[in-house]
Amino acid sequence: MSWAWRVARALLGSQYALMLEYRAEIALWALSGVLPLIMLGVWSGSGAAAAAGLSAQQLSHYFLAAFVVRQFTVVWLIQVFEDDALQGRLSPFLLQPLSPLWRYLAAHLSEQASRIPFVAVMLLAVGLAAPGLLWLPSAGALLLGILAIVAAFLLRFLLQVLVTTLCFWSERAAALDRLLMIPYLFLSGLVAPLDTFPPAVRRLALATPFPWMVDFPARLLAGEPVNVALGFGAIAAWCLLLLPIGHWLWRAGLRRYSAMGA
Amino acid sequence: MREFARYWRSLRCFWGTSLAAELEYPLNAWIELLSVLGNLAGSVFVLQLLFGGGPQLGGWSWSGALVVLGLYTLLDGFTTCVLQPNLSRIVNHVQTGTLDYVLLKPIDSQFWLSARTVSPWGLPGILAGFGLIVWALLNRGPGAPSGLPAAGPVLLSLALLLAALVILYSLWFVLAALSIWFVKVWNATEVLRYTLVAGRYPVSAYPPALRLLFTFVLPVAFLTTVPAEALLGRGSAIWALGSLLAAWLCLAGSRLLWRYAQRFYTSASS
Repeated sequence: MSWAWRVARALLGSQYALMLEYRAEIALWALSGVLPLIMLGVWSGSGAAAAAGLSAQQLSHYFLAAFVVRQFTVVWLIQVFEDDALQGRLSPFLLQPLSPLWRYLAAHLSEQASRIPFVAVMLLAVGLAAPGLLWLPSAGALLLGILAIVAAFLLRFLLQVLVTTLCFWSERAAALDRLLMIPYLFLSGLVAPLDTFPPAVRRLALATPFPWMVDFPARLLAGEPVNVALGFGAIAAWCLLLLPIGHWLWRAGLRRYSAMGA
Repeated sequence: MREFARYWRSLRCFWGTSLAAELEYPLNAWIELLSVLGNLAGSVFVLQLLFGGGPQLGGWSWSGALVVLGLYTLLDGFTTCVLQPNLSRIVNHVQTGTLDYVLLKPIDSQFWLSARTVSPWGLPGILAGFGLIVWALLNRGPGAPSGLPAAGPVLLSLALLLAALVILYSLWFVLAALSIWFVKVWNATEVLRYTLVAGRYPVSAYPPALRLLFTFVLPVAFLTTVPAEALLGRGSAIWALGSLLAAWLCLAGSRLLWRYAQRFYTSASS
């Protein structure tokens, strides 16, 4: 146990220091997550949300919450992993008595921590530009929302681990991530609230892991009525399903790995 | 003129070799095709949701909004073809110091950095965007002049599309050139990809403050809305002139910035 604690502290500490070094980049990354805010602009100008029974305030709360959720559930594992595998940096990582995935997980968590001030500044800017938009969720909603964000991040990370293992078979597996991005973008509730979907599409979306990654935590934060147990249960179920597949793929891939150029 | 022929010859060499290299990965063609079709289907779906409240979005009809979406898809394909493969590499050149070799070549460095490679994987996007535009123009619904527009509006919109391409290129180049100062702005260019998504919808669909932002700060309006208006026969002289002026300003700006940035380049590890 104390070993795990020491490793976690060392990994998180070093990765956090590394991320602070790249803060200009992280500011830009935070800026690139403005999609929900852009969508809020379009949606508030169209009558479609009102037709679906969402008030202007519900709409803005939802998209602002989705913006925060998106900021803290960004996963870029596959791009880094592909580069590391191609450049041969993966080989020394594999020699260490710790799966390299833990290192990447620590990097993601540190990046999120270093994002906090930038997200706060952006929210402040939104608040200054349109004072009515910001609100403070109740303590319970805030706590549950943060928990849901962490759970959603873990699910997204796990899903990308699955695709990342394909890097062992192909040199350009990162292109596959673009395919994974499409259902995530359109079914997760990032560009349109799930309430506005036609019922059939909505049922279809809820059967995929994607709505639990954005829609569920965002609704919690926005104070919408939401089935908390069902949400966390769905995320746990998806994680339990993906974990053994990911583990098996990773083992199979490792057996195939022969270092670039060897 | 001799100078021009030399650049043309270089360009043919560059693109011939990079096409040969890219075609080593045939699987990418399928992935790219799937991704273009999936993105298009998703965008049309969201557009349909947005039209759920009434027959118009910011004063635009359904087919007009489809033209805007088609132009966006087309520009996105162009980005994948030319901008992304070239300009996202400037950062690497700065980081590893290989920019030295680029600057030493007897050819304009901005030209080399912007046109060294080409990727065929944007072609599905360009074709799909073009197809969507033609389809939307042919199916304009009752009450609107149906069929393809006359030669005048088409020529005007082609000119405006060219201006849009120039603006898009300049935005990408400026952001990529910033890596001279911030060496590890790893994918600053990705930020553009995500903010330019705003161009999927007509600019009048946004609240007034965002409209100003998308016209004067991040000129998204000139990328898709202005050429689409020209194509729908609603082009106005002010917007057309504004678009050409913006294109000229952006291009000149990128040129000046590159000249200025080179003064601060000190090679890697020095």
